[in-house]
Amino acid sequence: MTSLRRRLLRNPTGIGSLVFLVVVVLSAVFAPLLAPHDPNTANAYDTLSGPSGKYWLGNDGSGHDVLSRLLFATRLSVTLTAETLVIAAVLGIVLGLLAGYYGKIFEAVGTAATSLLQALPAIVVLLAAKSVLGPSDFAAMAVFGVLIAPAFYRVVYSAVSAVRGELYVDAARVSGLSDPRIIGRHVLTVVRAPAIVLAANIAGISVAISAGLDFLGLGDPSIPSWGGMLNDGFTNIFTQPLLVLWPSLAIGLTCVAFALLGNALRDELERADGAPKRRRRVKQAATVAVAPAAVIAHDDAPEEPGTDLLVVQHLSVGYGTPDGSVKTVVEDVTLTVRRGEVHGLIGESGSGKTQTAFSILRLLPSGGRIVGGSITFEGKDLAGLSAKEMTALRGKKIAYVPQEPMSNLDPSFTVGSQLVEPMRIHLGLSKSDAKARALDLLARVGIPNPGRTYAAYPHEVSGGMAQRVLIAGAISCDPELLIADEPTTALDVTVQAEVLDLLRDLQRERRMGVLLVTHNFGVVADLCDRVSVMQSGRIVETGPVRAIFAEPRHEYTRSLFDAILPDAEARGALPGVTSSGTLGEGVTA
Amino acid sequence: MPRFVLRRLASGVVLIVVITAATFFLLHASGGNIARRILGQEATEDTVVQKTHELGLDRPVLTQFREWLSSAIHGDLGASWFTSQPVSEAISSRLQVTLELVIGATIVSGIVAVALGVLAATRRGWIDRFVQFLAVLGFAIPNFLVALALVTVFAIHFKIFKPTGYTGLEEDPAGWLSTVTLPIIALSVGSIAGVAQQIRGSMIDALDRDYVRTLRSRGLPESRIVYKHVLRNAGGPGLAMLAVQFVGLLGGAVIIEQIFAIPGLGQVSVGATSQGDVPLVMGLVLATAIVVVTINLVVDLLQGYLNPKVRLS
Repeated sequence: MTSLRRRLLRNPTGIGSLVFLVVVVLSAVFAPLLAPHDPNTANAYDTLSGPSGKYWLGNDGSGHDVLSRLLFATRLSVTLTAETLVIAAVLGIVLGLLAGYYGKIFEAVGTAATSLLQALPAIVVLLAAKSVLGPSDFAAMAVFGVLIAPAFYRVVYSAVSAVRGELYVDAARVSGLSDPRIIGRHVLTVVRAPAIVLAANIAGISVAISAGLDFLGLGDPSIPSWGGMLNDGFTNIFTQPLLVLWPSLAIGLTCVAFALLGNALRDELERADGAPKRRRRVKQAATVAVAPAAVIAHDDAPEEPGTDLLVVQHLSVGYGTPDGSVKTVVEDVTLTVRRGEVHGLIGESGSGKTQTAFSILRLLPSGGRIVGGSITFEGKDLAGLSAKEMTALRGKKIAYVPQEPMSNLDPSFTVGSQLVEPMRIHLGLSKSDAKARALDLLARVGIPNPGRTYAAYPHEVSGGMAQRVLIAGAISCDPELLIADEPTTALDVTVQAEVLDLLRDLQRERRMGVLLVTHNFGVVADLCDRVSVMQSGRIVETGPVRAIFAEPRHEYTRSLFDAILPDAEARGALPGVTSSGTLGEGVTA
Repeated sequence: MPRFVLRRLASGVVLIVVITAATFFLLHASGGNIARRILGQEATEDTVVQKTHELGLDRPVLTQFREWLSSAIHGDLGASWFTSQPVSEAISSRLQVTLELVIGATIVSGIVAVALGVLAATRRGWIDRFVQFLAVLGFAIPNFLVALALVTVFAIHFKIFKPTGYTGLEEDPAGWLSTVTLPIIALSVGSIAGVAQQIRGSMIDALDRDYVRTLRSRGLPESRIVYKHVLRNAGGPGLAMLAVQFVGLLGGAVIIEQIFAIPGLGQVSVGATSQGDVPLVMGLVLATAIVVVTINLVVDLLQGYLNPKVRLS
């Protein structure tokens, strides 16, 4: 809390608005000393006169001194705002604490009252209340305090009900502290900060509301008020336009100061909660720390000219950091995917394999960029293409199958419409042709009832189905290169093998080049022709799958092998390896 | 779907009854001597008693409310105590004017807020900071100050629009436009700020989702991803915010109508409440509550259109 105060004092907007508000409060307190004239003495011979030596801001329509009235009106505004805040805070916080801490009945009552109070515009309720309560501003703002109390209630309620189940509160209860003590010591501290932010905003609103009521002529005319002065100025706007200006400035600046103060407080609070949310992918990829060492390359079949589909050379990927430096997550990566072959990219979480895949697609998370090297695809350097050229390539030539099926389909559109969209763009198909093709694709990827899945929304299909849909979407425009990022990791064990089989069949049938990102040597054994092992942003070993399985040379590669369950059933001609992805859980880093 | 609508309608009706009941009892609990207020200080005690009896004020409040409710259900809201004009007549023509302003402001704020919110979320950088700054100002400055500034500049100084008055839409569309433009702008500023902030926030959130990357990987143009997919997903919270703002606009219109001398609900409200004209106040509260409940229902249906998960549950 004290740290919040200290930080606020270092925030220029915060301190500026705070200073202004202090000035407002001080001029309210010392209005009788500061005001050069009596605010209620009307000088009938001197109405609507402009600023002069005697009347600095001139006289209003009834001959009152504008400056004096402005100062006394500030008293009213400050008092009314304080009144509203106290009523709203006491009601809202007490009810919120009770509802959040004890739940049940308090909760039901609080929620019902909240929705009732918010069903009508505040000003309509205030007007209705005025017809009963008469012209007193104090009565009206008391009602407004009740009306706005739900704002406090909600903030406090959600904070408290979140903390209710926390262990330290339980511990306090077990250790015999009484409920009021627990609320006072552990719960109130949680709500204090958000309540202060809210108070600043509500103060601004109540200044506006009370001025609005007085402006409408519903206030007590015998007490000077900003709204009343505004009304007077507006009536005389043609003869003395300056009269509108002073109360407008007073109201406008005070409201803006409260809003800016609230904003600054919130910013500082958020900063205190730990910097802006870090991106998942960035967090996953660790900084390059290992000393560069030569890549262990196994003997490879001689390259036939013209078979290289994708050639990545000396690729480095970095993220800008707040202090201006660049954090490198992929360094000096070189790999080749040939036409019709499956190249595995294996490594533990954070080794940079997904970052490598995203940089080939040029879909790095914000802040990330290619800082060195080249990505040559069919003779073009992808790193140098314009955004538009890259968009034309994606989906049509290079496709992507993501890791997490459920979060990779747009929840607001049907499966079918998401399949049809790229085909219409890339292949120029008509609506009906694209639909027919989408249904064929769904059938091809093994979806039992393509028509039903086509019309379904993503939340209506299972994870395995969603992954098949995503695979269908990836191959829909006959790409040359498929980048699959852990395509089976998020699936049920039984579904994993089926999806791997499907990928293999599709790859053979369409002679696609595939870059398969995985952490699972079982998957590599099952699908890949060649493999590159990544550790801490670098490739440490690369070569044909058979060669590496027969003789893993790098220590890290061997440790990945050791992670495979020893009693797993071997399959095929590769010794010492688990079958497909089904038993690969053991490698999960 | 129909069950969902029926349930919402039922809870709306309950809400309306509770609101009107609360208003009715509050108005009567502390109303003072209403007949005396109507008749003035010169009236004799006898006529006051007679008037009280005439208005039925000498009977139990509960009975009075039951009567008010049953005639309200049959479309009879009684007559003003002061002008004897039927309440429904006094309200209906003015409700239309207010709704023109409020719906106009809602449309304007929806369009401008989406444009600003999308701009801020997709461009970030200084544009984002500028939009955020505007949003704080727009949220903080009371709409009547905006209205006064607009009148001073565009009506009094440049004489582009009429400073006061109202022309019906069906009699003269151009005249209508020249009288409602400034009020609608003045009303919109605050809700643009609120909705733009919301759209910006949920757009930034949606842009960070996995499916956006996958859509990009399919080679869809960025504009299509932003306006079709991301905006559709960010639209729900934006719409909810617009609904909250609508209620605020309804209240804001009360003040704005005074400034522009527009014969809407605001004028009746101010008059009726300062006089303590209970039947008229009741009619106004009822009309407002019905509008709010209707809007919330419409928004719920629109949410169902935007979000397939809501639609099914």
